[in-house]
Amino acid sequence: MAKITYVEHDGTEHAIDVKTGLTVMEGAVKNNIPGIDADCGGACACATCHVYVDGDWLPKTGAKSAMEDSMLDFAENVEPNSRLSCQIKVSDELDGLVVRMPESQH
Amino acid sequence: MSQSDTHVVILGAGHAGGTAAALLRQYGHEGPITLVGEEPIPPYQRPPLSKAWLKGEADADSLALKPLEFYAEHNIDFRPNTRAVKLAREAKQVTLSTGDVVTYDFLIIATGARAIKLPVEGAHLDGLLELRTAADAEILKATIGPGKRLAVIGGGYIGLEAAASGRALGAEVVVIEREPRLLARVACEPLSTFFLDYHRRHEVTFELGATVAGFEGENGHVTGVKLADGRVIACDAALIGVGAAPNDEIAKEAGLDTARGIVVDLEARTADRSVFAIGDVAHRPMPIYERMFRMESVPNALEQAKQAASAIVGRAPPPGEVPWQWSDQYDLKLQIAGYAFDVDRILLRGDPASAKFAVFHLKGDRVQSVEAINSPPEFMMGKLLIANRKPVDLDKLADPSISMKEVAA
Repeated sequence: MAKITYVEHDGTEHAIDVKTGLTVMEGAVKNNIPGIDADCGGACACATCHVYVDGDWLPKTGAKSAMEDSMLDFAENVEPNSRLSCQIKVSDELDGLVVRMPESQH
Repeated sequence: MSQSDTHVVILGAGHAGGTAAALLRQYGHEGPITLVGEEPIPPYQRPPLSKAWLKGEADADSLALKPLEFYAEHNIDFRPNTRAVKLAREAKQVTLSTGDVVTYDFLIIATGARAIKLPVEGAHLDGLLELRTAADAEILKATIGPGKRLAVIGGGYIGLEAAASGRALGAEVVVIEREPRLLARVACEPLSTFFLDYHRRHEVTFELGATVAGFEGENGHVTGVKLADGRVIACDAALIGVGAAPNDEIAKEAGLDTARGIVVDLEARTADRSVFAIGDVAHRPMPIYERMFRMESVPNALEQAKQAASAIVGRAPPPGEVPWQWSDQYDLKLQIAGYAFDVDRILLRGDPASAKFAVFHLKGDRVQSVEAINSPPEFMMGKLLIANRKPVDLDKLADPSISMKEVAA
């Protein structure tokens, strides 16, 4: 379990215990948190699970694959701390992680 | 906002129905929701069934859209192993297979589509499989493996994905396709040729332009596929993926318009203001192509779930979408945006030999659709160009050294 805080674009916070081994995207979707659409279910095919990773957490979320990098390059409102949340595996190390959502996933 | 006693009944607990239930709650619907599903398990993602599931990399828990307890926690009355048998629109009542009668204020029909069966000799044999449900996938997984021979009838996406998974599990695979090329109904010729070559390199064999005349068996189990030319292709199991037909009978019997699926408007609403239809079963308008059609894809199921849920709670409709879909085979990621309607030319960007290229379908200098292999920029920018209808410079588009950002600028 790792506690992950999902912050909607309007500032609404959702602190959720997410099982190790799931992805950050799955933690949001399985708990019906608005703001992460994840249309493709984690196939890295749609870029609708875009999040901004807070503060010092970014290096702990691991390296981006070429596919993720390429998808993000063409998503909207991308920042240096942008990730596709379907590509971040939850581990004990991510306990306390905070991710923020963009205004829209399209 | 819908009233707190407004009852929404959803028929079909697939990707569309399950998403509609969750979105209604997310959008603030407070009234009761009943979700009726034929399968024993709560809504789940189907695309991995032909891929991760067969390879043992996914199970019912990991594919579930929401955990089972979600439904009770959110006051959604999920009824598994149940289907609707009759719709009485005047009384706003649905009779279920359990004998229960439920009364609705809004009904969402999300009954999906079923695999078309081949009306041939031997079609009753064991070992003839289809792939629509987790139960189907489990049977297929138990059937294929090293030393087994799988015949795939139908060279569409499901068949090709299963072929790739079958090879990954060490089975021999032969694909039998009626048309002279693969993906004949859904993709262009360069893509067909590319997939044929790629699968052949993975030692899948093909019978193209071959009609299935029947199945041969021993002790009630399939042993071979009989072709119209008299040859018999030996197999231990045959996966039949020759298309799907909408489960629209309940709507048809209730007098709703079911041309090729249940006819709906941009809110996913039928001519009956209280009845919606979403997902594979719906025949829906697609404004960017100025026509109506039926789509079998997850993005379409999600989009229509949003449309129906928004209409029910009185929320602004979702912005107009560009339809899209994807397929994973071996190390290939195919992403498709749009549909190739009214196309007068096809443009290739990149080299198929490098397994990284895209095929653009154009109407004049406007992009109607794009099929992108391992090429996210072409997919993402192609999708944008389909949405904004901007004319493109075809010379630039054909030149992979010019970035897609510049092409779409």
